[in-house]
Amino acid sequence: MTATPETDLGTAPEAAEHWRRLSPRMLIVHPLQEVMRLAPVLVGVIIAGSRSGRSELWGLIGVAIAVLLGVGRWATTSYQVTPHQVQVRQGLLRRRVLVVALDRVRTVDLSANVFQRVLRLSRVTVGTGHTDRNKDGGLRLDALDASDAARLRDELLHRRHATPTGDEPAAARPAGAAESVTIAEIRPSWLRFGPFTLSGLVGVGAVLGVIWNQLRQADVDIASLGLLRTVRDDLENAPLWLDVTVVAVGIVLVVAVLSTIMYAITYGRYRLTREPHGTLHVVRGLLAIRSTTIEERRLHGVELREPLLLRAVGGARCDAVTTGIHGGRGSDRGGALLLPPAPRAEAYRVAADVLHGTPAATADLVPHGARARQRRFTRALIPALVLTGAVVVLARLSVLPDWTWHPALALLPVAALLAVDRYRSLGHAVVDGRLVTRQGSVERRRATVAADGIIGWNISQSFFQRRAGLATLTATTAGGRQAYDVLDVDEEEATRLADGLTPGLLTPFLEGPA
Amino acid sequence: MTTSTRLRPPRNLVSPRARWHWTVRAVPGWIAVLAAEVIWATAADHRTPAVIALVVTVIVAAAHLVVMPLWRFRVHRWEATTEAVYTQAGWLHQERRIAPVSRIQTVDTARGVLQQLFGLATVTVTTASAAGPLKINGLDQDVARDLVDELTATTQAHQGDAT
Repeated sequence: MTATPETDLGTAPEAAEHWRRLSPRMLIVHPLQEVMRLAPVLVGVIIAGSRSGRSELWGLIGVAIAVLLGVGRWATTSYQVTPHQVQVRQGLLRRRVLVVALDRVRTVDLSANVFQRVLRLSRVTVGTGHTDRNKDGGLRLDALDASDAARLRDELLHRRHATPTGDEPAAARPAGAAESVTIAEIRPSWLRFGPFTLSGLVGVGAVLGVIWNQLRQADVDIASLGLLRTVRDDLENAPLWLDVTVVAVGIVLVVAVLSTIMYAITYGRYRLTREPHGTLHVVRGLLAIRSTTIEERRLHGVELREPLLLRAVGGARCDAVTTGIHGGRGSDRGGALLLPPAPRAEAYRVAADVLHGTPAATADLVPHGARARQRRFTRALIPALVLTGAVVVLARLSVLPDWTWHPALALLPVAALLAVDRYRSLGHAVVDGRLVTRQGSVERRRATVAADGIIGWNISQSFFQRRAGLATLTATTAGGRQAYDVLDVDEEEATRLADGLTPGLLTPFLEGPA
Repeated sequence: MTTSTRLRPPRNLVSPRARWHWTVRAVPGWIAVLAAEVIWATAADHRTPAVIALVVTVIVAAAHLVVMPLWRFRVHRWEATTEAVYTQAGWLHQERRIAPVSRIQTVDTARGVLQQLFGLATVTVTTASAAGPLKINGLDQDVARDLVDELTATTQAHQGDAT
């Protein structure tokens, strides 16, 4: 419906294709989003009782600019899919044509925020192996009609021209979904992991930051606000320890509740399926929908992540190691998600299932030995000792209050515990042609990377590592974190690992038989 | 299958002139530190701590400027075969990198102003991973040109998109 005939610019050989446009309904959403972004400012202005009427004027001008930009973007953006490539034309002043060969398409990500869902729109982000290192974010269409978006995904990933399917919601699975197999699905009991994700902490911080900023800009004396004044007076009349306890419990409760809500909103209706065309499909989101399709051929492995709090309650999450998606950076954050925080056993099951039942996902790991443990202790304890020593000296010189050296002493056992745990996390294995490596305490990560996803080796040794005969072996990849470390492994074992995973690559560089 | 499990260092050394380049490159940092300390010594009421710091800095700087380039020169090595590129760099912290030629995406040559004075160049070999560029710092410019030509020729022989 939004297709326009081929224009005179069509010098491409495959000129029979139509240039298609974004959905005109994005014109409604775009300004709305901008207004939402301005909402804190407007709220701040209202609270402050705006002394000069200017703020509203600026607000209106901002909205007008947003509308104009939206119209401009709609009018100048068009795309087409030919049998071999996808082309996107955009930009008003700086015309830009992005061409991506279809066989370079690794992932397709459809997302819709609340407004877009109401208007049945989807934003399409195409991940390729080559644009993901650039900062321009690759190929993005914001936004298409939901059914057009689903169709585009099928065309891009399944190398065929799907027929228009009419009314298909944004989250719908690709055509032929009848054969798709569900690997994992959200269960209500997983909500118990919500409080331990701390996602609420970020939310609380962001909200408080925005409000604080706006209030300050609006010259409001925060202490004079009615509710806060009552709270402050109560706190002033109570003993200090009670204040500290009340505030701490309050913060913990608020963060826990918000984190649970965030968990429900972000991961509600989560479902991971395997599609018949060799793709994995992740859908999630209660209000805003995110739907990611990953080509299995480009899935090099998985990463199990256990942040300390989540680990304490037996939870873990699972991410994909795949070309086309950067692990946890910018707007791509969460694009690699395969399983939200869930029971650890479930995470292992999903990891194994996604990798077609490889034993690598659940294999036992080889510990790194006494020298690695020694290093974990020296690396944790020396900074703690230096810090504690400095505090003790400064306290004796009366630079710091006398009581400060008591809590400083507590740093030492904490550092020791961290060292013990960091050592216990260390481990590696080569199973089924895959490298498995685990490390970390505050966030324990266990990565499984297939040998053919490894595109190089870095072996780094600090001065002290060389003296201990240890090395950090890094497998570099085109996807995920780009680099997976095997920390503090014996240097000969490092060579053996690399040699075993990429046969022949190291052979010419090995020492001759002794 | 070889029986050995130790990597030998890469075969080729970088240009001997690289030692001078590394020395000269490290000088401005030390001058900045020394300048700050001289200002401190002239402005402070008690000169002793400032003078001690100044003396210590001069000794450390001299040691660094003498030892670092010599040490680096022993470590910085490279080797390119038709199948792989192998580099070694660093001094206190050393790193070896190996990338198969089939995964090479770009080969760049860079010559900084200072490097041009010494007739040197840096060759950077990148793969599809953001974590794996192989840098050979301090190559003779002619050697660098030959290496780039050689790598360009061998990479073209390989097919695929290197991801």
